[in-house]
Amino acid sequence: MKCSSRSLLGGLVFATMHLALASAQSGGMSLPKTVEAGSAFSIQTTGSGKAVLYIVGLGQVLRRDVQLGETTSFAAGDLHNAGHYLAVLANGSSTENGAFDVVPAKNPANLSFLAKPSRLSVSLHDGISGAVCVFDAYQNLITAPTPVSFELSGVSTAAQSRTVSTRNGCVWTEMDSAAKEGAAQFVARVGNISTTRVIQQVPGDPCGLRMSARPSGQKIELETEPVRDCGGNAVPDGTIVTFTELYDGSQTTVDVPLKRGVARAEMPAYSGAKISVATGVVMGNEIRWGKQ
Amino acid sequence: MTKFLLVMCTVFAATFPLRADQSAVRVEPTNVQGPRPLVKQTETAVIRDYLQAWQSVSAALEQNRADLLDRDFVGAAKDKLTDTIQEQARLGLSTRYQDRSHDLQIVYYSPEGLSIQLIDNVEYDVEILDHDKIQTTQRVRARYIVVLTPAEVRWRVRIFQGQPE
Repeated sequence: MKCSSRSLLGGLVFATMHLALASAQSGGMSLPKTVEAGSAFSIQTTGSGKAVLYIVGLGQVLRRDVQLGETTSFAAGDLHNAGHYLAVLANGSSTENGAFDVVPAKNPANLSFLAKPSRLSVSLHDGISGAVCVFDAYQNLITAPTPVSFELSGVSTAAQSRTVSTRNGCVWTEMDSAAKEGAAQFVARVGNISTTRVIQQVPGDPCGLRMSARPSGQKIELETEPVRDCGGNAVPDGTIVTFTELYDGSQTTVDVPLKRGVARAEMPAYSGAKISVATGVVMGNEIRWGKQ
Repeated sequence: MTKFLLVMCTVFAATFPLRADQSAVRVEPTNVQGPRPLVKQTETAVIRDYLQAWQSVSAALEQNRADLLDRDFVGAAKDKLTDTIQEQARLGLSTRYQDRSHDLQIVYYSPEGLSIQLIDNVEYDVEILDHDKIQTTQRVRARYIVVLTPAEVRWRVRIFQGQPE
């Protein structure tokens, strides 16, 4: 039957095809059920004469003029995006339909690896997270379970490692930051494919802040001991240390940055003054100057 | 039984506000892999933006206009769809996609909150046109794996991949 009207043809096609779900096999062509992304495949047609073969999906479209009754071959790389594809063989007024899936290639080629944060304090339990998705050479997400090895290693600390299998192509893990400051290498590996992120581990809050005082003419010279966190890491220069002097109901405050690990300040030498030191929310020791 | 009813009520309550006008949308209870809790507002936003992405891709493939993808797609998903549109245009083809139903489940929320993965068992119609002549219309049932990432004001689709059911 030939129909010259586009709308009539469209209506007929719609009516006959609308409720039919695409199947893997059809009368006029023999389709593979699945094709591995990027691999060669072929479609066998039956009948005689010329036709047009459409391979249509959200990931790719192909159109081939074919000779019915012959095998149409697709070279490696022709169809490389994973997804669900319709195959339509159009011969004048008749069409044959089918469908098949392109599945990701088996071999991983790329990892997307997001490690967070890039900078954090030492000694944080589960402070570092890593999320990985595994892709083939055509940027298809490999959905088959794939073991991913994570390793976090620093200069002076033992490496942490674990292996987790992907679910639906992605996987995540969490690691502790080391007790010692410094850069750590966070590596995600699948087979011989690996990706590295650098995590900067910085000292935590100061721990055991202590200062000493000595007279200097009409002033008191105040100086902290080297400021360190609880793991013994030097707190970075520039961290603000606050000295506070209370005397006779009035308060004097001096903020100074750490230089070479210590903070120094001069304050008026009032006999009986109470002097304290703090940085952030961490309080240090207290000194009462002069008479007790 | 009470638990079952509660789950079903949740499912249908989530269904209608989203896309009552067009495709039927069913949202399965989330089964999230990952340490980050998924709040309801995030889930709603992700599903809303994903469904809007279907409308964008439908318009883009029908009109062969890759710029219509800009709002909703990013990364590999956008690159691949753009290639498809360019190939369609080169071959004189266009395609009309009309999503009919979605059965959605969020399965992964990354620890840092920068990617969310859902599975969509979707049913849609595809009409294939060659130089404006309709070649066929097919109803397709497929399973999609989708990864979305947050942009300035919405979630964008980064991975959009069909797979065997």
